[in-house]
Amino acid sequence: MESLDRGRRAACLGLAALAVAGGLTACSGSSGADSAAGASRAAGGGTYTIWDPYPQFDDSSEWVKLLTRCGTQAGVTVKRTGYDTTDLTNKALLAAQQGNPPDVLVVDNPVVSTLAEAGVLTSTDETEIDTSAVTPNLLAAGRLGGKTYGIPIGANTLALYYNKEVLDKAGVDPASVKDWASLTAALQKVKAAGKKGITFAAIGTEEGSFQFLPWFWGAGAELTKLDSPQGVAALSLWTDWVKKGYAPNSVINNTQTTSWQEFATGEYAFGENGTWQLANAKKTGFDYGIIPIPAKDGGTAPAPTGGEFVTVPVQRDASRHVVSQKLVTCLASTGNSLTTDTTLSYIAPTEQVQAEQVERNPELKVWVEAVRAAKGRTGDNLGTKYPKISEPMWKAMQAALSGSQSPREALTAAQTTAASAVQ
Amino acid sequence: MRHPAQTPAPPDGERPRERVTATRAAIAHRAPARRRGTGQWAGWAFLAPVVVYLLAFYAYPLYRNIDLSLRDYTVRSFVRGDAPYTGLANYAKVVRDATFGPALWHTVVFTVASLAFQFAIGLALAVFFHRNFRLSATLRALFLVPWLLPLIVSSSTWSWMLNSESGVVNAVLAAVGIEPVNWLTSPDWSLWSVTIANIWIGIPFNLVVLYSGLQAIPSHIHEAAALDGATGWQRFWKVTFPLLRPVSAITLLLGLVYTLKVFDIIWIMTKGGPSDASTTLATWSYRLGFGTLLPSFGPGAAVGNLLILTALVFGLVYIRVQRRQGAA
Repeated sequence: MESLDRGRRAACLGLAALAVAGGLTACSGSSGADSAAGASRAAGGGTYTIWDPYPQFDDSSEWVKLLTRCGTQAGVTVKRTGYDTTDLTNKALLAAQQGNPPDVLVVDNPVVSTLAEAGVLTSTDETEIDTSAVTPNLLAAGRLGGKTYGIPIGANTLALYYNKEVLDKAGVDPASVKDWASLTAALQKVKAAGKKGITFAAIGTEEGSFQFLPWFWGAGAELTKLDSPQGVAALSLWTDWVKKGYAPNSVINNTQTTSWQEFATGEYAFGENGTWQLANAKKTGFDYGIIPIPAKDGGTAPAPTGGEFVTVPVQRDASRHVVSQKLVTCLASTGNSLTTDTTLSYIAPTEQVQAEQVERNPELKVWVEAVRAAKGRTGDNLGTKYPKISEPMWKAMQAALSGSQSPREALTAAQTTAASAVQ
Repeated sequence: MRHPAQTPAPPDGERPRERVTATRAAIAHRAPARRRGTGQWAGWAFLAPVVVYLLAFYAYPLYRNIDLSLRDYTVRSFVRGDAPYTGLANYAKVVRDATFGPALWHTVVFTVASLAFQFAIGLALAVFFHRNFRLSATLRALFLVPWLLPLIVSSSTWSWMLNSESGVVNAVLAAVGIEPVNWLTSPDWSLWSVTIANIWIGIPFNLVVLYSGLQAIPSHIHEAAALDGATGWQRFWKVTFPLLRPVSAITLLLGLVYTLKVFDIIWIMTKGGPSDASTTLATWSYRLGFGTLLPSFGPGAAVGNLLILTALVFGLVYIRVQRRQGAA
């Protein structure tokens, strides 16, 4: 079997090659790559890089125009790259490892504490970025160990969209939905009228946790104790809705996008979704309204904040931070904040701009209220512990909704996992 | 190279004929030696690009992945590159994890069920198309469609079709009076749903390889068997199937390696859910490394390496079996 012999020889060669590669890489340090990157950057002169998670915007968009304008004001050229948001964390970590992070990084708020803990970001004390105008509940996601690691560019959060036609037919007045009991009663009426109740996203990813938190926090539960009676009450609410058919079974696999698609069919009375769907809401072809997510016993439930922070990654050449500070200040300035947040369909992080937004578009009033009541996921001093709690939480959610465990069992198991993970 | 005719005139007393033969023998001896000298360098030169390619794109990533799995990476040590060496701690952690058992079991079920059905259906179709009939080429081409579609398209299509509320599958079931099934959202069904989608996607590969294997079987053997009075069924099991064995083996091996690492179909259809009911080692590895806000690179790499190791073991078993068959 000549071919086999050849194959074996090739395999040996491969192994030898592997050994050589191992030896080579073990010998070579990372300094080579670093100095090369530094040199290429120095040659670029006044070019500053900005990474953001808005790949949907191209050079003709308001967002990129603003970046260019801020660069011109600071006397530098801005080179901007848009990444997919889930990709950006790892890209940023890898860039920091290689010693060539961007000068300005716009990144999803729960990631800020992770990057700060990794030592990738400068604090606003070092860069002297003024965060005093930002509402404290929004700034909280960027705080770790008494320092702030960026400034929110805007915020979004969740509320309940409703279909007026469906509610009218079922004889439900949206203003009557004040707490969980009245919401469940409304869903019951809608179902009795032959329509579908509510849709949300309970997928087994961070998106699922994001959607569950308003109910979890609205019951008075805390992330440090998932299996508290309040936590169980929140999960039982969702589970009962699915069991009774008030919410479709498909919520278990819904992302916020697929959940929106369900709501957009016009069959559903309510859909839990975010500010970013406002533009799509106008395209649905039916009359819609928005109410805040009710807390268990009334009032607005704290929803988690979404939206990005503008941060300045640590550069070896600290003098670059001076220009980065100018860029960040420009992006976060009152005038530009209005443009940016209108473009992104976000609520501004300062009360002044929020008031201006409502003046221009009264529809945003409910969103501004929701954002004021909202809470950062990594707040409450959780920081990088949050991801370790969020994962068991979404697993519990899926276990309860799919009926494989009761809400109490599922959350008890989740609490055990979370407690050992955050130790 | 000197021609024998050009050799100097033989001294007296020696028979020319013998001289010529001797020279020829000498040349025959010397020439390969010289050819081996230059030839070896040329050989290496031809080999160099592929060796460089293998080193850069296979050996180095593999080495990095092994290195990742042997260190305790946090986001901080990932950036600084000073993660402490912890030996097999990540592997121990992964194996002890509550997700490991179910993920391993799901991987076995997913792989075995996929391979069995893909192969059986692929073989049946290959035999069917082997008897050339009108439009058989067109039909065969149609069967290739699942293979040509990007996985994101076919997986998304499956996930719409299997949607509990608005999927066409449940609509059909409802039309014949069967209760709707929560294909993707029930822990009892989600693994089967992704397996079914994977079988559908894998059939064309089996069909194509087995079809070409069938064409390599000389038709006279079939004719001889037919003359000896073998029925169609006997001819398949006693002639076609045994002669197809080498092709079958490589088809199954490739299928195994491919199926072990299937990620996209499961991730798009169920994200491994609900609550890990369709999580395999491949999707778990991805989730550990990239699926949460806080990446755990070490354990993610460890799970990935376990998968590579599994595929490698089966590859070696295959070579072993082949060698034994070759020797026999």
